[in-house]
Amino acid sequence: MAAHSVPLKIYYGVFLALCVLTFLTVWTAKHDYGLLNTPIALSIAGLKGALVILFFMHVKYSSKLTQLFAFAGFFWLALLLVFTLQDYWTRDMLNVYFFKPH
Amino acid sequence: MSDHAHSTTGLVHHFDDIEQQHEAGTLGMWAFLITEVLFFGGLFGAYAVYRSAYPEAFMRASSHLDVDLGGVNTIVLICSSLTMALSVYAAQKGSKRGIIMGLLGTMFFGAIFLGVKVIEYKDKWDHHLVPGDNFIFEGNPGGPEQLYFALYFAMTGVHAFHMIVGMVIICWMIKKAHRGDFTPGHHPLVENFGLYWHFVDIVWIFLFPLLYLIGAHSGSHT
Repeated sequence: MAAHSVPLKIYYGVFLALCVLTFLTVWTAKHDYGLLNTPIALSIAGLKGALVILFFMHVKYSSKLTQLFAFAGFFWLALLLVFTLQDYWTRDMLNVYFFKPH
Repeated sequence: MSDHAHSTTGLVHHFDDIEQQHEAGTLGMWAFLITEVLFFGGLFGAYAVYRSAYPEAFMRASSHLDVDLGGVNTIVLICSSLTMALSVYAAQKGSKRGIIMGLLGTMFFGAIFLGVKVIEYKDKWDHHLVPGDNFIFEGNPGGPEQLYFALYFAMTGVHAFHMIVGMVIICWMIKKAHRGDFTPGHHPLVENFGLYWHFVDIVWIFLFPLLYLIGAHSGSHT
């Protein structure tokens, strides 16, 4: 069955990487990279999330169908965010304000 | 979980073999997790819309959170994910003691996380940062900073609720593990609960930078 177990050293390695990335994200947040602040923070968070999904949640070792399910969830989340933001982020181009301009 | 599940292999009659049953269980759990992704996704979407409308207010409000407490809690949750992964590993190896130790560790770190959360919520309450009639931000009542704190409490609150539910399920699992319900070839509850717990960890991995760190470069006010 799919329960061929992941070697322990992989778990400890992922744990260590997650800790290092946490310190990294705090360190980068204390510096100002202008427009890149949020993309940097989200990239580190995305990398941490991917490590958890692939190794702690065994998706790397799962069947293709399970991998497709996992991917589909985040793909739909991306659609939700992209279609919502392409609306709100373009409203001032059309002079349609949802929020009071500031 | 019908009575059929108590045969020696754990195979129920509507599956061909244990492998198919295991696969179906994992897929079912992922289907549930997808609904959770979209549930939290709505909150992250709301955050993105309001933050893009009031970027400075969000940064000012964020700098009232304690980055150290948030960072400690991030590490604490990562520890709880490791103990959860070790519990699943022990289940695969058939170590009853290992399953229970892993679950107790997860419970321990989960409790620390929630304890820190209580301290943080208390601090926000004392500083009039809870949205509503008593909200005062740097001397001003109301203001767009309220939106940030509404999202802060909604997102971290729903996240903490997931952890509380998880910890109740852990108690039940410890009882089952103690009774010897999990075998190396059949322990779907341990595996699927592991998926749930790791997912809750992932939500926090995104909440931490988006809520705590966006104002960190402008110096903390707390």
